[in-house]
Amino acid sequence: MDAILLQILNGLDKGSAYALIALGLTLIFGTLGVVNFAHGALFMIGAFCAVTLQKLMNLSFVTLDETQTDFLGNPLKVETPYVEAWFGPEVGATIIDWSVPLAILFAIPIMLLVGYVMERGLIKHFYKRPHADQILVTFGLAIVLQEIVKYFFGANPIQTPPPDALSGSVDLGTMIGFDPNAIIYPIWRLVYFGFAVAIIGAVFSFLQFTTFGMVVRAGMADRETVGLLGINIDRRFTIMFGIAAAVAGLAGVMYGPLNPPNYHMGMDFLVLSFVVVVVGGMGSLPGAVLAGFLLGILESFASTTWATTTIPGINQIIIYLVAIIVLLTRPRGLMGRKGVMEE
Amino acid sequence: MTNKSVTRRGVLKSGAVAGTGLALPTIFTASSAAAYTNEPTGSSVTLGFNVPQTGPYAEEGNDELLAQQLAVEHLNGEGDGGCLNTFSSKALQGNGILGKKVEFVTGDTQTKSDAARASAKSMIEKDGAVMINGGSSSGVAVAVQGLCQEAGVIFMAGLTHANDTTGKDKKANGFRHFFNAYMSGAALAPVLAAEMGNERRAYHLTADYNWGWTQEESIVASTEALGWETVNTVKTPLASTDFSSYIAPVLNSGADVLVLNHYGGNMVNSLTNAIQFGLLDKVANGKDFKIVVPLYSELMAAGAGENIKGVLGSMNWNWQLQDEGTKAFVKSFGEKYGKPPSNSAQTCYAQTLLYADACERAGTFNPCGVVEALEDFEFDGLGNGPTWYRGADHQCFKDVLVVRGNENPTNAYDTLEIVEITPRAQVEYDPEHPMFAGGELGQCNPGA
Repeated sequence: MDAILLQILNGLDKGSAYALIALGLTLIFGTLGVVNFAHGALFMIGAFCAVTLQKLMNLSFVTLDETQTDFLGNPLKVETPYVEAWFGPEVGATIIDWSVPLAILFAIPIMLLVGYVMERGLIKHFYKRPHADQILVTFGLAIVLQEIVKYFFGANPIQTPPPDALSGSVDLGTMIGFDPNAIIYPIWRLVYFGFAVAIIGAVFSFLQFTTFGMVVRAGMADRETVGLLGINIDRRFTIMFGIAAAVAGLAGVMYGPLNPPNYHMGMDFLVLSFVVVVVGGMGSLPGAVLAGFLLGILESFASTTWATTTIPGINQIIIYLVAIIVLLTRPRGLMGRKGVMEE
Repeated sequence: MTNKSVTRRGVLKSGAVAGTGLALPTIFTASSAAAYTNEPTGSSVTLGFNVPQTGPYAEEGNDELLAQQLAVEHLNGEGDGGCLNTFSSKALQGNGILGKKVEFVTGDTQTKSDAARASAKSMIEKDGAVMINGGSSSGVAVAVQGLCQEAGVIFMAGLTHANDTTGKDKKANGFRHFFNAYMSGAALAPVLAAEMGNERRAYHLTADYNWGWTQEESIVASTEALGWETVNTVKTPLASTDFSSYIAPVLNSGADVLVLNHYGGNMVNSLTNAIQFGLLDKVANGKDFKIVVPLYSELMAAGAGENIKGVLGSMNWNWQLQDEGTKAFVKSFGEKYGKPPSNSAQTCYAQTLLYADACERAGTFNPCGVVEALEDFEFDGLGNGPTWYRGADHQCFKDVLVVRGNENPTNAYDTLEIVEITPRAQVEYDPEHPMFAGGELGQCNPGA
């Protein structure tokens, strides 16, 4: 039982990242009709927003320590972060320690801007082009973006640790009557799940309970009619692209402490996220979220020793297996609109 | 119209002249066929450095390339000479190789076997490279080694740790300076026994490809010989980025040691995940839980950050060694590039010098002469202590380092501390050892 609960937790955790990326993807597809293969790159850029803020906070001045030597035998250069000099060692260290959560504030405007520039500068020119053209241009853009990040940050992963207060693990098992050590789970993974639920809730609330959201939903249902009413739906859709970029970016910011960011991380999630969108139903927001968590949980269970012993390799194909079954039996996806992908 | 009569004598004369004319280039071709692939004919010789310049190991590849460039400088008599001053063989004089200036071309392996073969092929066929050096993957090493054997050039492997490179996939034209998985197990075992005891239960997470399998096999064999029990060996897909599903069950498995047979991004992420799950803070079977990463590299250690503190592993070489060869190399590299070299950089630097030295001693660039010069060559002064290039399998034998993640690093570079320098005798094995069985070294191929 404890093993099952552990894998459910793992699945929810994996599913959180899938759901957040897929949510943005399907939002863009639902509003603009664009298949955005650069969405994984937006997730990666978000993670590097946290890396950048961490580096900014660690900007240091150098003093020479004559009592110690470096690897060449020269006096050791000791680096002291400016924030520690300005605010004192303790406050400065705390600010640096909390750089990942603080990066949320840093990333939101950057990701909105990146999304806006991407949509206005490139993607809008491909609205009327076939999906294959959109895929090619956005995939090319993803490669360009990741090479730019690699140029500035290198190919090695860069640690963005969580704050000390939120690092380590917690014994969830003892809270629900299991033996000690039965269900140990990292705190930051629980934080990530909670964060994902909050972001998903915020996006749905925004679309459901604001006038802006109402217009966007109307535009998704019938773009032409909304346009005929004199509403500039294109502008709103551009903003939605920015919001989708911000959602992917925030997913990346918070993902950094789970696995150190590297320039390639967007590609690692891209295909999986597309499968999530297809399984959930192209353009369906609840479908993306449901499929994200569902596939995350299935992937976790498929990685157990029992599963891999019973069906070798199942951990590598489970998501695609589900996608094949869904496409064969229900092409529109779990919660897709009738007619979509069914022609 | 002139009527020219055709005579028998005329036909014979013309035939003789034409035959001589046609035979002339054939004679030259025959002459070159009798020599070897890409025999240098001008005043320079070209070496091919095949390293990952893009992809996940690009940083490691860049470090290798920096070291190779440094080696070329030293061979051509530029810079401070580096290990030419400490190398036990004095054949190299800093005037190139056999009097020819050393030039180089580079290729990008992308850490993909097909791409690595294509770039090596291009350097051999288009650029006239007489030797290929570098790389950061066993899959790539085996693929390029096979190509070099067919093409008739020497392959001086870079970072490749799988037993198979000098085991079942060994080739006469290929040489490995780097240590291997068996040696990691042999070096680590006594330290593991001393630090963790003989009654441990190990859980292995293993990258699901050739290198991972051979390392798991080696570590399982050496730890079980200590009396350890292997609780489980779980293969993880190479493309995995998150290992939480694999690590979550470890604590409840009855294991008290986690062995991560991972490298590169896999290692960074699996170790980070293991620390997140608090494994190192736990007690299992009445003992402190431990993690072992059998193959370390400085760049991976930097990627893993604070997570490696206290975690044991092994290395081919480390810049903190205090022998004269290491000091000379670290000084040259550090002054030129502002950082200490990684162990993959050191292996590529040493391989380049070893190749050049073998050419000098053999008096030729002919691969068969080089093979003969390198086989059973004993040397010192390149940073690894007394070293032997065994003729039977073209594997270098030297001391192996057991290292630990530094608890209190003073700068960005001393992330690892040397725990023990395991003597060469302790990591030697028979060429027919079952882990290296199968495959034949074969005959050297001069190509052409």
